[in-house]
Amino acid sequence: MSKLPKKDLLGIKNLSATEILTLLEMAKAEKPKIKNPQLRDDSLKNVSLATLFYENSTRTKLSFLLAGDYLGAITNDLNISTSSVAKGETLIDTGLTLDSMGINIIVIRHSMAGSAQLLAENVSAAVVNGGDGSNEHPTQALLDLFTMWEHKNSFANLKVAILGDIANSRVARSNIFGLTKLGANVTLAGPPTLVSQNMASLGVTVTNNITEAIADADFIMGLRVQLERQKAATFPSLAEYAHFWGLTKEHLQHAKPDAIIMHPGPVNRGVELSTELIDGDRSVIYPQVENGVAIRMAVLKYLALANIGNIGAKKDYVIKFL
Amino acid sequence: MITIKNGRILDPANNIDEILDLTIENGVITQIGKNLPEGLRTGEKSQAINAENMWVVPGLIDMHVHLRDPGYKHKETIKTGTQAAAKGGFTTICAMANTNPVTDNEIVVEYITSKARKEGVVHVLPIGSVTKGMAGQELSAIGEMAAAGICAISEDGKFVENPALLKTAMTYAKMFNLPILSHCEEPRITGSGQIAAGNHAENLGLKGIIPESEEMAVARDIILAKAAKSRLHICHVSTQESLYHIRNAKAKGIAVTAEVTPHHFTLCVEDIPPYDANFKMSPPLRTAADIAALKAALQDGTIDVIATDHAPHHADDKNCEFELAQNGIIGLETAISLSITELIEPKILTPLEWVAKLTVNPAKILGLADKGSLTIGTNADVTIIDPNVEYTIDKNNFASLSKNTPFVGRKTKGKALYTIVAGKIILNAGELIC
Repeated sequence: MSKLPKKDLLGIKNLSATEILTLLEMAKAEKPKIKNPQLRDDSLKNVSLATLFYENSTRTKLSFLLAGDYLGAITNDLNISTSSVAKGETLIDTGLTLDSMGINIIVIRHSMAGSAQLLAENVSAAVVNGGDGSNEHPTQALLDLFTMWEHKNSFANLKVAILGDIANSRVARSNIFGLTKLGANVTLAGPPTLVSQNMASLGVTVTNNITEAIADADFIMGLRVQLERQKAATFPSLAEYAHFWGLTKEHLQHAKPDAIIMHPGPVNRGVELSTELIDGDRSVIYPQVENGVAIRMAVLKYLALANIGNIGAKKDYVIKFL
Repeated sequence: MITIKNGRILDPANNIDEILDLTIENGVITQIGKNLPEGLRTGEKSQAINAENMWVVPGLIDMHVHLRDPGYKHKETIKTGTQAAAKGGFTTICAMANTNPVTDNEIVVEYITSKARKEGVVHVLPIGSVTKGMAGQELSAIGEMAAAGICAISEDGKFVENPALLKTAMTYAKMFNLPILSHCEEPRITGSGQIAAGNHAENLGLKGIIPESEEMAVARDIILAKAAKSRLHICHVSTQESLYHIRNAKAKGIAVTAEVTPHHFTLCVEDIPPYDANFKMSPPLRTAADIAALKAALQDGTIDVIATDHAPHHADDKNCEFELAQNGIIGLETAISLSITELIEPKILTPLEWVAKLTVNPAKILGLADKGSLTIGTNADVTIIDPNVEYTIDKNNFASLSKNTPFVGRKTKGKALYTIVAGKIILNAGELIC
């Protein structure tokens, strides 16, 4: 196993503002390759990537695999339901197995906080956190930041409102870490059963009033309400949730005139956002998906560069494409 | 014959704190006094121990130990667990009932006691469970186990959720004069919580455990003990408000006692490195304010006992996802040094007050008339402690089969040098000779 210091992407809390901005610059350079096949290259041609997803995903997994493909990497998805994990293999053993097969970058999604760190501490491959429990989802936050940056070109004094199930949201947590590092003001809002006042300790404003939350907001981010939360009795019904917390066009009069609506997907139409807003001209939900591929290309390249010597990429080769 | 010379005798049961000699003959304490001659009698091998600058105390009692046998011999055996006890200065340990099978009948009690006679090096007193299989439905064979020698009943690790059932158990146990040792935690409040709720939990994205999950259980069990007029001992108290309830109950004359673990008065939640499962325990590490309250409660007597909650786990049970990791840490071999470093050096407790919490107090709670003192004529369970030796805790020095502790690498002061069990030297100048 390599003894060189290894660079992983475990969370936004581990990144500096400079590193975040570097990743956004890199994503900007990669973005044209998504829709213009002629621009795609093989800068990661010696890098092998595996996605290890213990939870469902549409966007994150596919966009990591495509990001790798667009840069010439060797990509594999480990199908958990048919793998040894279903036979009870531990996370560490699965990681060491991937290591032994020469995988250079492992993207993991797992239902438990800290699992990406656990894997990273035990394998020589670079680890990317694709979401660990209620802890972090760093590439989602990076793509959200990238989307905001494309619109505003700066984070200073931006007001971002995040609405919904904050307590259980790794997307919210990663965005909070990123936005506060970059100088934006963050307001969290949702029913008190889903937004803990303790979160104010992360340097944000917490409210249980939707109007207050979106007052003068530049960006309003809705979060997916998970149906299992209703079973856990955190709110009485989806209908009641939608009534008090569903964002509609009427709410937008309180935000800035050019306020933008974001959502990490998948959306429950008519619950956290009205269909009119989802499909309206202020929504950037699909640009967010596109930016997700760009940011993941940037992350893979960044890790390939940072781990030169540990993994197969040749420095000159990757730099040529930077 | 053993003559212990010039040690500082600390015997809270007899209120002695003085430099004296002590002799042991045929397994019994025979004399305490100044300038006792060595090896007076013939026909018995005699040994003198120079205890200058050391503390000579009644053999320590740990009323909260998980020995793991039967069921989990890969974590600890009765042999290694009792060796760890001897190394930590304990001469009597109480074995918690969450074995596999659960200690809920006389057969398991008999298995533990007979195995302890065979391979154990200190006294082992089994604790019986409150309910069969710790399933919270029917009473265990409490009377049958009492006859087989249990010292208490406890569902430790679990909370008896049904209050009527617990009250019945309390009432029934009075027939055998057994105390109930209660793990106070309302699991429906704890939920999927992993560490104490607050900033650190938010920062790590781990579900928080609010202190009320312990406090409402403490309050409930005190109410039930009052109703049953029985003796209740609260295990591993960890929060300020729990202490408030215990203090009030004591003031009202309710027969409640309480213990604290060394880790709960030493570490707070902010000390947990990200996802390091060696810091995961139940109850969880709390706040600095809770630590201050626990220390004050040790001073004013609200907390009667220091117990380790020694909970050995295999490395595989800890080197995994934090949420999947088992609760608990080993404690037998670090109790003395953490106590001296955290309580005695900062003058929270005097040495005599501290010794009481590991000897006479647990002996009283458990009804052990022959243990917990240096009274002449009693069984010679004696521990000699060097309170001045400074060292760094090293996991390679543990006698326990498991190494799960957050204290590796910590600088501490004080250790047991001699552990004498019924007149037999088990730990000799810091080395196990068994």
